Amino acid sequence: MNFPILSSITFLPLIGAFFVFLSKSELNQVNKGAIYVSLFTSFANFFLVLFLWYSFDNTSSNFQFVEEAVWISGFIKFKFGIDGISILFILLTAFIIPICVISCVNSIKTRLKEFLIAILVLETFMIGVFCSLDLVIFYLFFEAGLIPMFLIIGIWGGPRRVYSAFKFFLFTLLGSVLMLIAIISIYWITGTTDVTEIYKIKIPAEFQNLLWLAFFSSFAVKMPMWPVHTWLPDAHVEAPTAGSVILAAILLKMAGYGFLRFSVGMFPLASEYFTPLVFTLSVIAIIYTSLVALMQDDMKKLIAYSSVAHMGYVTLGIFTFNKQGIEGGIIQMFSHGLISAALFLCVGVLYDRAHSRLINNYGGVVNILPKYSFILMIFVLGTLGLPGTSGFVGEFLVLVGAFKVNFLVAILASIGVVLAAAYILWLYKRVIFGKLENNQIKEMKDLNKSEMGVLVSIGILVIFFGFYPEPLFNTVNVSVDNLINNYNMEINKLSVLK
Amino acid sequence: MEYAVIFLPLLGTIIGYLSKYFGDLASQLLTTLTVCIAAILSIVIFYNGLVHDNYGNYIIFEWIRSGNFQINWAINIDPLSSIMLVVVTFVSALVHIYSIGYMSHDPFKPRFMSYLSLFTFAMLVLVVSDNFIQLFFGWEGVGLSSYLLIGFWYKKDSANKAAIKAFLVNRIGDFGLAIGIFLIFLYFGTLNYNEVFKQASNFSQNKINFLGLEANLITLICLFLFIGAMGKSAQFFLHTWLPDAMEGPTPVSALIHAATMVTAGVFLVVRCSPIFEYSQFALNVVTIIGMTTAFFAATVAIVQNDIKKIIAYSTCSQLGYMFFAAGVGAYNVAMFHLFTHAFFKALLFLGSGSVIHSMNDEQDIRNMGDLWKKMPFTWIAMIVGTLALTGFPFLSGFYSKDAIIEYAYLSQSNIGYIATAVGIITALLTAIYSWRLIFKTFHGRFNNKNISKSKIKESSLSITIPLGILILGSIFSGFLFKDLFIGKTNQEFWASSILILKNFDHSLIPLWILYITPVIVVSSIPLSYYLFLKKPKYLDEIILKNKKIYKFLLNKWYFDEFYDAIFVKQIQKLGSFFWKFGDQKTIDRYGPDGISQLIKTISYKVSKFQTGYLFDYAFVMLIGFSLLLTFLIIK
Repeated sequence: MNFPILSSITFLPLIGAFFVFLSKSELNQVNKGAIYVSLFTSFANFFLVLFLWYSFDNTSSNFQFVEEAVWISGFIKFKFGIDGISILFILLTAFIIPICVISCVNSIKTRLKEFLIAILVLETFMIGVFCSLDLVIFYLFFEAGLIPMFLIIGIWGGPRRVYSAFKFFLFTLLGSVLMLIAIISIYWITGTTDVTEIYKIKIPAEFQNLLWLAFFSSFAVKMPMWPVHTWLPDAHVEAPTAGSVILAAILLKMAGYGFLRFSVGMFPLASEYFTPLVFTLSVIAIIYTSLVALMQDDMKKLIAYSSVAHMGYVTLGIFTFNKQGIEGGIIQMFSHGLISAALFLCVGVLYDRAHSRLINNYGGVVNILPKYSFILMIFVLGTLGLPGTSGFVGEFLVLVGAFKVNFLVAILASIGVVLAAAYILWLYKRVIFGKLENNQIKEMKDLNKSEMGVLVSIGILVIFFGFYPEPLFNTVNVSVDNLINNYNMEINKLSVLK
Repeated sequence: MEYAVIFLPLLGTIIGYLSKYFGDLASQLLTTLTVCIAAILSIVIFYNGLVHDNYGNYIIFEWIRSGNFQINWAINIDPLSSIMLVVVTFVSALVHIYSIGYMSHDPFKPRFMSYLSLFTFAMLVLVVSDNFIQLFFGWEGVGLSSYLLIGFWYKKDSANKAAIKAFLVNRIGDFGLAIGIFLIFLYFGTLNYNEVFKQASNFSQNKINFLGLEANLITLICLFLFIGAMGKSAQFFLHTWLPDAMEGPTPVSALIHAATMVTAGVFLVVRCSPIFEYSQFALNVVTIIGMTTAFFAATVAIVQNDIKKIIAYSTCSQLGYMFFAAGVGAYNVAMFHLFTHAFFKALLFLGSGSVIHSMNDEQDIRNMGDLWKKMPFTWIAMIVGTLALTGFPFLSGFYSKDAIIEYAYLSQSNIGYIATAVGIITALLTAIYSWRLIFKTFHGRFNNKNISKSKIKESSLSITIPLGILILGSIFSGFLFKDLFIGKTNQEFWASSILILKNFDHSLIPLWILYITPVIVVSSIPLSYYLFLKKPKYLDEIILKNKKIYKFLLNKWYFDEFYDAIFVKQIQKLGSFFWKFGDQKTIDRYGPDGISQLIKTISYKVSKFQTGYLFDYAFVMLIGFSLLLTFLIIK
């Protein structure tokens, strides 16, 4: 415990944001200084995180790089620490943020400086979520993330941005209030909010169900699970590209992480008890939203609905409580983080040029943008889970895991794979192929260097982890084993008692 | 060497994609060269295996490791995979050469070659896999390349639709395959072929509860695997994509939709023979589906007018033959037919491509005729292909198809006997539709108004050379390889890849079974000549009398219409319903919108109390006071 690396990666973006804030700028003028500072900060942070990943010991199931400081004595500790699961999400966050910075330089025309500040602040909050080992700290970061996102949608969004921003805010707040109450009760029950302590003390069985539901209400909205998913398509449609990217790639994953760290970790008995509920909602999400995605005429909405379906696999995988299911769920989140981010960037590329998200306004794009069409194909294939892309590994493992637990659930969930191919290929066909009719498209330019760099780097990762996901498995392996062992121990204890 | 065979086509793919650095011609030649080398190497591998028993399993690196779910990337060379290597790379090399000529007018030649090589790579990965997941990778990989190649002419809406249809129907098959794989993993705890096959006999009596049904585990696994095979090999119910796939360029049809990819389903069943052998029920299903397809596709082929669609249905039908051969337990015969079929069907497709190319992309046989003097070489190629396909004595198809009928009879089961009968009837139908194609295309009167007959000429060398090689293959591949595949020593050869529990006693065969098919086939030539060339009026009369049947066949038994009404339309309706009614009118209306509306209404009503007039407040106070008083008095 020498160098507080977790605090550094968490608060470095905040410091960057402060410098961006100091930089001078007029309302609608592009400020080079602000751009360079944010680029520098986000990249520096990414490399720090890479270093963190490198020095992470993936043979130990303990929390590593733990930092502790008293905040309010006897009540809240400031406690950071990571295990194999959290580090993947930190990695994802630190990778996505520089991409957002690059992309928003292209597409944000007004108040760029403020936008950059919002993104950097958001990075601090998100990394904070994945590092926190204290419930109160976690809650603070988890909720604080709402604010910059709310602003991003509300200020830089499309025509219906205010409606969407409020819908987003109300939905997520509703769940969070219950989570706050649960956190307070946990404090009263156990006398601490330190997660590792709670793991040891173990919450009595009689409280678990209610507390689990309170946490669930927050995570289910964030995930989002059916039927509390309707905020997501609206938020995506109105959000600017970079906002959509962060939303899809990282914010949704905070819920999946929450399920693993808190729901399964702290309330194993309740998790087992509520498994049928989660399975039902997941399967509905997969089939229902895939069907809805099929009928969308707005590209962003289609991708948003497909996100809900893909997150259905994640919840399904986590609640199988076996190795394949949970690891599949984690890989699925990681891969969806890459693929959905790239898909939203791709939509952004078209939107920046033709100012439309409606599928019908496009067609024949391949004639004008061949490079773009090729790269988009990679992400389309990732979405439909083609073997050789990272999308396959997660999805397939989740289904393997689910099959061990329940045939019916697994088979129904597998139907989603067929539907995914239907909606995403149909989208690709209508946008990319066909006759070139819209004159606006004819004047479009193919990807510029920065767009190309961003999309290619994501594409390479999607394919790399499709063929060689070993680094991901190595990272999470021991932590997942640990999670499953603890879970099984609790379940067995209960059955012995009975 | 094994690595080179697999990865050379991948190299070709990349070269194709980087064409702007090489130039069109160079990248075409380079991709072709890589595949040609791969073809030569795979023949060497086949030879080494055959003569020196040089088989082996090479692990490249670990792919997925999650608990006991452990999968490697591997190259597994055994008799079965070495044969497939030869078939795939050999046909692929010829198609590459052919494409240089065939696609000479296309602006996107390198992209085309790149896709072809990508397909070859995926198919090779499929056949050399040593586990089910790598197989699944290749399985979906060939599906992808098929999708890309069918939709190659992306400006045509019909091509795009056909491409998506092919991918989706295959996905439904893959869905079945995946469930089969899940079941295997769940009970066997591994997905490595050898380890699974070793355990198969232990599970032969296991019953499991599957969605409330008591079922035999092995049967269940086989049926799900077979759904996958049905999708890929275009068998009855999942066949609808194959005829539509003819929207792709003809070389693609020859390589993917005739010689290699569509046989992957047969390959899967043969590969899994150690599992299938323990479930008679599943084998029966395979036989029934196989013969239904063989018969159904042949009936449809008789009335089609698109030259490629006829051959496509013919492929469907021949795949049916392979399946019922596998279904009666004669996996080696199925492989033999797969092998010979690759030659003559590729020949037929490439030959028809040569015709289409010379006729400026005309595909309707009603608009052809009398081409044989103009394109003598193509004519010979098509004649040889047709003779081989119909099973004319001593050509390749004769050995394999007769063997199938023979083994079906020898299986000595009722289903086997029915399959024999269906096989013979289908052989007759096959002969009729094949000769119809020949006579309508190459003989009779020239019927095309768009292109003058004098302009038609024989295709270029890069087209005719592959045809020439395939002619040799179609003639000799049956005769030369029959001993290896189905001869006396075949069991030694197949021992390490195919399990056959049944004993076929060749002395039981009645002589007439051996003679009936060749007789039918030979006599069908003058019959077709009479019907289609000499007295077409007679044919018209038959059609007029049986209009309903004709329509039924012409519309391919109305499968497309049926599926459209039952699935496509309903799914779209359901999607719209969930979106408009579920999301917007239910969840949002009573959820966020409803709640915010409610709060608004309440606060609006409450705010009405604040009128600002003193008498209003005094009135409210008075009411409150009197209510309080009443309450106190009553209490």
